[in-house]
Amino acid sequence: MLLEISDLSIRYPRAESPLLEHISLSFQCGEVTALLGPNGCGKTSLLRAISGELDYAGHIQLLGRPQTDWYRSQKARRALARRYGLLAQHSNLNFAFTCREVVQLGLGPGSLSRAEQETRIQHYMQCADVWHLRDRLFPSLSGGEKQRVQLARVLSQLSLADPNDEKILLLDEPTSALDLKHQHEVLTLAREVADEKTAVIAVLHDLNLAARYADRMVMLARGRIQADGTPANLLQPALIEQVYGYRGQLVDVAGYSALL
Amino acid sequence: MEFRLSDKSLLPVLIALLLLGSGLSLAVGAMHITWQDVVAGLLHWSWPGALELDVPDQYALVLGEIRLPRLLLGLIVGGTLGMCGAVLQGMFRNPLAEPGIIGVSSGAAVGAGTVLVFGSVLAGTLGAWMGTLFEQVQWFLLPAFASAGAILATWLVYVLGDRGRSVVMMLLAGIAVSALAGAVLGMFAYVATDTALRDMTMWQLGSLAGATWTSVLVTGCIFIASSALLWLRAGDLNALLLGESEARHLGVDVLGLKRQIIVLNGIAVGAVVSVSGIIGFVGLVVPHIVRLLRGPDHRFLIPYSALLGGLLLTVADTIARSVFAPAELPVGILTAIIGAPFFLFLLWQQRRQIF
Repeated sequence: MLLEISDLSIRYPRAESPLLEHISLSFQCGEVTALLGPNGCGKTSLLRAISGELDYAGHIQLLGRPQTDWYRSQKARRALARRYGLLAQHSNLNFAFTCREVVQLGLGPGSLSRAEQETRIQHYMQCADVWHLRDRLFPSLSGGEKQRVQLARVLSQLSLADPNDEKILLLDEPTSALDLKHQHEVLTLAREVADEKTAVIAVLHDLNLAARYADRMVMLARGRIQADGTPANLLQPALIEQVYGYRGQLVDVAGYSALL
Repeated sequence: MEFRLSDKSLLPVLIALLLLGSGLSLAVGAMHITWQDVVAGLLHWSWPGALELDVPDQYALVLGEIRLPRLLLGLIVGGTLGMCGAVLQGMFRNPLAEPGIIGVSSGAAVGAGTVLVFGSVLAGTLGAWMGTLFEQVQWFLLPAFASAGAILATWLVYVLGDRGRSVVMMLLAGIAVSALAGAVLGMFAYVATDTALRDMTMWQLGSLAGATWTSVLVTGCIFIASSALLWLRAGDLNALLLGESEARHLGVDVLGLKRQIIVLNGIAVGAVVSVSGIIGFVGLVVPHIVRLLRGPDHRFLIPYSALLGGLLLTVADTIARSVFAPAELPVGILTAIIGAPFFLFLLWQQRRQIF
């Protein structure tokens, strides 16, 4: 298992009840998992706990080692960064970097030659469909464009991993600011990344997108895991009403089930 | 396409201007010395009698003992302030952070004021404790206390200022720390002797008039060491501009980086404030110009800000001591006259949200 969460609880100081209670989940290579649930159910907090940015009770095993081990030394930090990436929901970079420079930050000052850096920057910027923005200033972009540039940066960061190493990619609402075409493109890209020895965990709000692109769906609500399984098993009006409190209707369109 | 100058065009121009400014600063002043006499005078001062030069001894003395240390101190102080401005702005992720504006320099002034006013008491205590060793390290007392004050002030502003998340909070925390420092200095003024009072007044205005070879040596060593160590973290600072969480995910030890910046920056600012007083706005104007010309990448921002800071302060000092010659304008007043409107301009520009 690439990532194993056992008996995890998160409680914010002065909160009445814990945000997440005794959650256990594990994620493996090659899988795209959609993390779903109503607003404020703790999806982003779960990602932050996995990244060690939030205090929690329980145990997290990350890439074969206890999570806290990865932050013990500078060498371990760098090793983790090559195999573990997170795309945040918002970016607030206000300094006048060009998009190319932002993506280059993912490659760091490491050991790559200049030509190799350029090749990778171009490759991942094309993957995220932002190559045409390469010389624009990052802060001048729209929200969706910024998100795609950041995605190219995170992908270039993970390209530093040893080809034999397994990786983890966390995406916090990667489609929230995107137009229709790019929503599908980015999730197709997430699928392709998963096939390159990576466990992809994406927080999503669109159930239909999740059902179409994810191998597995995990639904959180009221501090607990409400459902965990394949999209075919989870896309049921009764279950969805239990999680979101909204009664939808399931229709079959062109071979896909869709919730309306 | 974003406008960026390459190092090939920027570096030679900057170095040429630096040499020109330095020459000017040596030649111009209450006593005007021609270019030829500057070279001859410096040679005569360095190796008296080694060459058969026809230059008055007075020139050699003025150049070697007054203008050269003052020029070097200007380069060091300006370089330190430019570099520290760049690094602080990176840590706060905001282009308005500047040692003078956010109260770091005031903190240093309180530290230095403590030594000035209570110097005899301190010397007595430390002397009794350290014995003869104290005599050798006595010169170190002033920069050490100033640095401690600067570190404390930076840390306070950073913590109170919402850790760089809010510009408003940072500026308010800066105002609060400056006000506190001003009050403490005011209290010191009541118990200070006349000499100490004069020194403290000079500090609050900022001047390079106190330049000596000792001060050049001390601040120079600290400047070189701190800027080299901070420049090694340039890549990490770039990552920090993306955000704390992003930097962490890129493998940066964010807490360690910020601690290192607060301490090194405090030591550097403390050292220059202890010899030149509070010279404001250099650290604000300089990194901004460099970002416009070369972009926000700290690998270039830090060294270029140091070079440009040195150049600007040297030119400003030359102007400050020659316009009303033989009287002298404290250079801090001149930098404030140019810098404060620039600060207002940047504040106005914050609406655009691109630095």
